[in-house]
Amino acid sequence: MFVNQFLFLAAVLFCIGVYGVVARKNAVLMLMSIELILNSVNINLLTFALRNGSTDGHTFALYIIAVAAAEVGVGLGLVLLVYRNKKTISVDDLSEMRG
Amino acid sequence: MNLVASESEVLAPLASGWFLEHAWLVPVVPAIAFALIILIGKRLPMKGSELGVLSMFSSLVLSVGAGYQWIQRTNSAAEEQFVEPVIKSWSWWRSGGFDFGIGQHIDGLSVLVLIVVAFISTLVQIYSLEYLRGDRRYTHFFAALTLFSGGMLAMVLADNMMLFLLGWEIMGLCSFMLIGHWWEDDANARAALKAFFTVRTGDAGLLVGIAILYFSANDWTQENLGVSGFSIRGISAWALSGEPNSTAITIAAIALFIACIGKSGQFPLHTWLPDAMAGPTPVSSLLHSSTMVVAGVYLVARLYPVFFVGLDILGSGGNLIMIIGAITIVISAALAFVQNDIKRVLAYSTVSQLGYMMLGLGAGAWLPAVFHIFTHAFFKACLFLGAGSISHSASHHSFDMKRDMGGLRKVMPITFVTWIISTLALCGVFPFSGFFSKDEIIDNVGNNGYNTFMIVGLVGAFMTAAYMTRATYLTFFGEPRGASAGENSHDSHDPHDAHATVSAHDSHDAHDSGATHGPHESGLLITIPLMILSVLALGSGFLNATPFGENWERMKLWVEPRAVEVIDAKHSGGPGESLVINLPNAEESHSKSVCGSATPADGVCFAPQLQHAKFKWSKAMMSMVIVFLGMALSWILSSRLFTKRDPRLVGLTQRVKVLGLGHKFLVNKYYLDVLYEKIIVRSIAYPIANAAYWFNQNILDGILHGFANSTRKLSGWVYQNIDQRVVDATVNNSATFTKSVGTAAQPTQSGKVSQYGALLFSAAAIGALVLVIINT
Repeated sequence: MFVNQFLFLAAVLFCIGVYGVVARKNAVLMLMSIELILNSVNINLLTFALRNGSTDGHTFALYIIAVAAAEVGVGLGLVLLVYRNKKTISVDDLSEMRG
Repeated sequence: MNLVASESEVLAPLASGWFLEHAWLVPVVPAIAFALIILIGKRLPMKGSELGVLSMFSSLVLSVGAGYQWIQRTNSAAEEQFVEPVIKSWSWWRSGGFDFGIGQHIDGLSVLVLIVVAFISTLVQIYSLEYLRGDRRYTHFFAALTLFSGGMLAMVLADNMMLFLLGWEIMGLCSFMLIGHWWEDDANARAALKAFFTVRTGDAGLLVGIAILYFSANDWTQENLGVSGFSIRGISAWALSGEPNSTAITIAAIALFIACIGKSGQFPLHTWLPDAMAGPTPVSSLLHSSTMVVAGVYLVARLYPVFFVGLDILGSGGNLIMIIGAITIVISAALAFVQNDIKRVLAYSTVSQLGYMMLGLGAGAWLPAVFHIFTHAFFKACLFLGAGSISHSASHHSFDMKRDMGGLRKVMPITFVTWIISTLALCGVFPFSGFFSKDEIIDNVGNNGYNTFMIVGLVGAFMTAAYMTRATYLTFFGEPRGASAGENSHDSHDPHDAHATVSAHDSHDAHDSGATHGPHESGLLITIPLMILSVLALGSGFLNATPFGENWERMKLWVEPRAVEVIDAKHSGGPGESLVINLPNAEESHSKSVCGSATPADGVCFAPQLQHAKFKWSKAMMSMVIVFLGMALSWILSSRLFTKRDPRLVGLTQRVKVLGLGHKFLVNKYYLDVLYEKIIVRSIAYPIANAAYWFNQNILDGILHGFANSTRKLSGWVYQNIDQRVVDATVNNSATFTKSVGTAAQPTQSGKVSQYGALLFSAAAIGALVLVIINT
């Protein structure tokens, strides 16, 4: 069982995801990056579940997939509405919450 | 997931063949076709319908092949040998020690129902090519129809209860989609929901039953047969082994039977089936008369040992299945008399016939009941398709017999002849197919000592003959009325009167605009399925024609499992290992079978020992006379009432109070819908809401008010002394402090999401680092 390789893959995916969230201006790309992060977590869970021979990790991963699907639904809905109102999906233009 | 293949097949002296070994392909083909129709159907020249018809035809070929090889297999067996079903199973998925299998269980019963389902599906899809031409959801209709057939076929050949449940639920879903096919009309959408939820009420029982069976049977089946407690073969053997706890198996049988009540439209959950007629007529013909609704009957027949032991079938007195069946026969037949919608008459007739099947199963008449599934499918599908043919070509999409039909025998000769043949079959007139199955049921019920129930069966036969004669008279005889007389009845319809009409109108507009409006015979795509079905309605009974002696009882030979003890039926284990069955030795084979009556000593049983009634012409003559009496009486009354307008009969229900009350009671369907929707739902939902409101207003609010009053007094003092002097000073100071901090931290609140993200992740990284450092 090559646990290292799986963990390394997960870490790389996670970093790519974080980079996407921090550096990208496009809201849709940010959502996709969040998916990457969630899936890297899934890989971690499954890796350890397989190593420990339990099904808990599988269950968690399934939950995460379901929640991620719901999250993308809401996220895309927000992006669509923002686009309708502002004609842009660049997140830098959405700074109404500035303190 | 692990996909471990563990096959178990029989290599004993029994013949087998490619079609039997690969019977699992039968539901796979429509399942693939469904996916293809959904994905590329709209781009195909015939909008995906060709895929549906083609897949159903291949399923039909595969199942007929399996049927042929099954017959060879039964012929190759010794006379007193149990014909081992062809079982194949694979692990589907595993979780927490549970092994859910997927596989096939092919025996006489499943092959028979496979052939029926594939055959009717093929014909109905061909019929739908014409009937739904130009429909706005044409592709989706065929997709749902194909998926339905796939689900039903999967359920029929399931080797374990989980796969059975899967097929069962797919059918429920497709039923919902197809009833609500024209969902733009509110009534159709409501009928679809009603069907779904009513059946769902029963489905809870299926889950409970499967769970109880698994947990009671698993240990025994693992030890003795090497299969899990979901396996149908395992459960059957366990039920007859004398091992089961009688409470557990009784509760399991009742729970499973509740599911059958819902699915097969038995009293008191039959109310959804007549409303389901809101769907397109091919759907009524396929799902709600010949195939899906017999799923409940099939479940009882499939797990017959469980019901046999759990509900004490063949015991003295009646059991739950018989009582429900008998009630259903009579009450639904009575309802069929007050319907004006031709499809509703047929729907209540279906409910009543399903009652016969249940009565037969409950009374130990397994084979006649299963045979009735077979014959009923042909003649009832034919009747429904006939009704569809009338509405399609003659009565302008109306199903109202009193308003829009009458005198159609001259303009629709093919529909008329096929209808008459099927009606005679339904009424059980010799030599039409219904005679051989229905009369057998009644005869066997009496033979097994249930005389009361036999009388109920005969009363049902009388009523069946009468209401079918009434419907036939209204449709095909007398003077043409309404749309059948050539009137364009677009505007004369009440919108609430025939909702199927309204919906059919808008969906058929494209196709109708160029068509002629007068009544005429339907096209070949409609009449050919009708003719094929009517030939079978006439001829299929001869497959088990008890009056002509043993040689004609082919179904008994091919379909009925032989109640013989099987020695050493245990798996030798391991994938691909064959199952070796030792034949019972000579002296045992002549002794009476203990299956079902005592604990099998050396082996296991898969079917209980049942008796068959000896056919007597005198008994058949008696039921024949009853049927003809029903027909004659109904014919006289109908012609007096509907054509001659006899003043003694017209308005009788208004003049005689008792009859009027009875009529009102029937028209309102025994007030069952009111009971369910108004009383049960409300009595559960409303008091809970009211009680919650009262609790909220009086108790919670009371506590809060009392608390609030005392608090207010206390707080007055606190305000003066503590709050103003001590707390405020602290707060003011901390506020000043916070303000200065806030001003300092303000730049971080830039409103830019990526900046927040960067902060979040760097904080997380720092946290992770700290964690690593602490732990090392």
